[in-house]
Amino acid sequence: MSKTITIDELAVPFKEGQTIMDAALAAGVYIPHLCHNPEFKPHGSCKLCTVNVNGRNVASCTLPAVEGQQVLSDIEELNADRLALTQMLFVEGNHLCPACEKTGNCQLQAVAYYLGMMSPHYNHFYPQREADASHHDVMLDRNRCIYCELCVRASREVDGKNVFGLSGRGIKTLLVVNSASGLLGDTDLAVTDKAVQVCPTGAILIKRHGYAVPIGQRVFDHITIKDVQTGGGDE
Amino acid sequence: MKQFEFPEISRILTPILARHGGDASRLLQVLLEVQDVCHFIPSEAIDLIAAHFGVPRVNVEGVVGFYSFLSTRPVGEYRLLFSGNITDQMLGKDELMQYLCNKLWVEPGKVSEDGLVSIGSTSCTGMCDQGPAALINGWPLTKLDHNRLDLIAELIRSRKPVADWPAMLFEVVDNIHRGDVLLGQPFEPGAAIRATLARGAKETLVEVDKSNLRGRGGAGFKTASKWSLCHAAIAEEDGGVICDVGGHPERFIVCNADEGEPGTFKDRVLLNSYADLVFEGMTVGARVVGASKGFLYLRGEYRYLLQQLEAVLKRRREAGLLGETILGQADFSFDIEIHLGAGAYICGEESALIESLEGKRGRPRNRPPFPVTSGYKGRPTVVDNVETFACAAKIAEKGAAWFAAIGTAQSTGTKLISVSGDVARPGIYEYPFGVTVSQILDDCGAEGRPYAVQVSGPSGTTISWKEFDRKIAFEDLPTAGALMVFRRKRDLFQVAQNFADFFAHESCGFCTPCRVGTELQKKIMSKIASGYGTASDLEELKRLGHILKTMSHCGLGSSAANPVLDILEKFPDMVESKLKAFAFKPAFDLDGALATARTITGRDDDWAHL
Amino acid sequence: MSEQSDRSPHPIPLPQAGEGEAVSPAGDALKKIRIATCSLAGCFGCHMSFLDIDERLFGLIELVEFDRSPLTDIKRCGPCDVGIVEGGVCNAENVHVLKEFRKNCKVLVAIGACAINGGVPAMRNNIDLWDCFQEVYCYEGGLECGQIPNDPELPLPFDKVHPISEVVKVDYFLPGCPPSGDAIWKFLTDLLNGREPKLDYEQLHFD
Repeated sequence: MSKTITIDELAVPFKEGQTIMDAALAAGVYIPHLCHNPEFKPHGSCKLCTVNVNGRNVASCTLPAVEGQQVLSDIEELNADRLALTQMLFVEGNHLCPACEKTGNCQLQAVAYYLGMMSPHYNHFYPQREADASHHDVMLDRNRCIYCELCVRASREVDGKNVFGLSGRGIKTLLVVNSASGLLGDTDLAVTDKAVQVCPTGAILIKRHGYAVPIGQRVFDHITIKDVQTGGGDE
Repeated sequence: MKQFEFPEISRILTPILARHGGDASRLLQVLLEVQDVCHFIPSEAIDLIAAHFGVPRVNVEGVVGFYSFLSTRPVGEYRLLFSGNITDQMLGKDELMQYLCNKLWVEPGKVSEDGLVSIGSTSCTGMCDQGPAALINGWPLTKLDHNRLDLIAELIRSRKPVADWPAMLFEVVDNIHRGDVLLGQPFEPGAAIRATLARGAKETLVEVDKSNLRGRGGAGFKTASKWSLCHAAIAEEDGGVICDVGGHPERFIVCNADEGEPGTFKDRVLLNSYADLVFEGMTVGARVVGASKGFLYLRGEYRYLLQQLEAVLKRRREAGLLGETILGQADFSFDIEIHLGAGAYICGEESALIESLEGKRGRPRNRPPFPVTSGYKGRPTVVDNVETFACAAKIAEKGAAWFAAIGTAQSTGTKLISVSGDVARPGIYEYPFGVTVSQILDDCGAEGRPYAVQVSGPSGTTISWKEFDRKIAFEDLPTAGALMVFRRKRDLFQVAQNFADFFAHESCGFCTPCRVGTELQKKIMSKIASGYGTASDLEELKRLGHILKTMSHCGLGSSAANPVLDILEKFPDMVESKLKAFAFKPAFDLDGALATARTITGRDDDWAHL
Repeated sequence: MSEQSDRSPHPIPLPQAGEGEAVSPAGDALKKIRIATCSLAGCFGCHMSFLDIDERLFGLIELVEFDRSPLTDIKRCGPCDVGIVEGGVCNAENVHVLKEFRKNCKVLVAIGACAINGGVPAMRNNIDLWDCFQEVYCYEGGLECGQIPNDPELPLPFDKVHPISEVVKVDYFLPGCPPSGDAIWKFLTDLLNGREPKLDYEQLHFD
């Protein structure tokens, strides 16, 4: 008999070694997340996937599922807190959707749509951050980085290159690249690298592809991130 | 500026790298030495160090960027960092810093044009009983006043090496005002180890269990449970047990001396005058869990203790209390290595400390697994506070019954309290658990009418005068050992603001709620302090507090709102008096935001103002 | 109400229009809802999108009348029920206009990306104001004198472009660059019918 946890009154089966997020995604239950990508080891930094397990808040992407866990996820309080975290991500960077090639395909934006974000609520930090167009095929715009480290992980674990890393601390955290000049063009990044594909926002973009799909016909323009990530929607 | 060019960087680096060997866990230690010599970490050095350790350059850069005491741009040849704790502030830190800046023609936070000097602030340096304090090139300066700053300015201008400065500037005293079983009774090095060997490791664990010793870092986890979990754990790789050189499963004992909680300085005193007791406790722990290697993680601010601690370790090796076959016991080898921190409060969190020990950015790990099963380099690791090890040594020596008879049922033994603020006799007080706050206030000569007390530093609790009969104990007021006293008329809002700034500065930046939330909290507190606060800002602070508490990755984030929420709840008048209006106020200074354009255009007409 | 409108957590209910989405022309018995609109640091794109509600304008005009707006050319805002502000705050004049709106409008709505987070004009927030002025007035061709003007009639720019919510209290936000005509229509009909405005998924856009 398979083991189960309960997420919002739904019995969800899981296999030994799965996290709550793994079990939820496998069962088609959506828990908002940005730093998590099922292809990579759980990270747990964005905290959007925070759920309440037996009365305590935990990141569902890192906590192993254990028989009998009572998980609350899609509840008003948690969704309000997730919205606040999303708003924090918007104001700490410079997320100007109308001027971003990723708009419509951006997971940060899509989560904001899903949570019904009408304004960023907090006052903007308008930080000074560098964009880097030195690479022939890839654009790096730190204004849109949310420090999920998916590029860091992908470059290290899949590409075997270590092109990206984090430096700084606290609100001064910053994405750095593996070259003495500090320029992406001086690293061994290739446009085919996994690290280039995984950015949930428009921080890493492939050049000359920005408008191949017109605005209005993009992934999240008509389908929620919930349906995209759990394969739901039209079925 | 010559400083930017280091053609001979490899000549500088070679001996440093040779001394530290090739294990990447030494990375942070190497960087500290390079910073010392070059006053920053040159880009060329990053390349060479990365190549030496076989790690990507980007990782080295990440480590340099994480720690406050390291920098990728030159700081002054003389780098003076004033301790920024509220107790230093109350003793005039801001004015003194400006005074010195004026004398040396340098702006706070900047480097003088000739590269000679830079002056700034740093988080609490642990000298609250003898502040205002500062660090000069890492060495502590105490009891600063105008006379001392005049002298310091002169020494800097004449480029006198810090090593040749008058010793009285660096005098650090223990200030022990009340001793009990740890501080007030003699201890003979080796006594606890002998007792442990005589009793046996298992029985010693039983004693520690019966003593009900709980962690002195504040969280109060039962020490025996930690030790027994670690003892039961083994690290495996490719199906085989990972063993130390002696062929035993590899485990580690780590002493957390990253005493970063502002207002806490009891570990400083333990390490200065009771180091044998601490090392002995680590050795007892090693015997119990079966570890052959230990680390003392010493906060960078206490670097001045490094040399004398190394001397204690050496003496203990010579006495057969450390190293191979301890006290002739063939199957007992244990040695201790000291690692320095480099200015990061978060490294007091045990898993961040382990990351830092491994030479990485001090980021708290995801748990599970916990360090007791997978800690340093993935091996079972015990991380305990300095004072916990000191207690453990005493328990090994004198037994559980003796220890458990002290304090209360749930909080056995004694607690070292670092007292500072508005008191006549700041310093260290050792009490059996269960002592009331008012007793401590009486003993330390709290000045005037004490009004509020910050228990256990910014991450702890603010209590008002109505609560002074509360007890220091895990069941009432748990504490890592700080007690900061504020008399009536102290601006408690300023206190909370200082703490909010502290958390924003020390957030590691890993998780969203803490990285952004502490910064938002800091900004709102600053807005209120400058007279732009409204009632809605108070609501916003409460809402932020909720998010920090419930969504953060680790204890730093979840406690970062404590001082703000406490003052809102217990001293609402102190906050509301800062609100100039209850109606909406702009988020920024409208007229001030036009100043640049006024300068550029040379305008000063009515339409150029708001 | 207008004097203390800054304090209202939620706007006082508007005079109710007829029930239902279909705007009834038989509304002459009702007092018309007075709306003012303006564009600060914006491109008037939101106003253009407003016109995209097309023939529904005829129904709307039975229910509302316009005060200050680019549509009416009235220059100063009088007492209104709803103020709709496009664009962020980039200069001193923007603040005067915005404060006039806040003072006179029971309900203030930020429409479009620029009003909500600064939008495209906020891309200059990463550039030093000195550099902006020099680029425009000193280096860029086409200006005869090549000097920075000091005419008091020119609105003086801020260091940075700000969302309007950082200057006055804002009651509702309608995002989009611009929000579609449908989104505006849904928002307005909700508001006019006394409902909490709520957009459908495909109407909520930041681009």
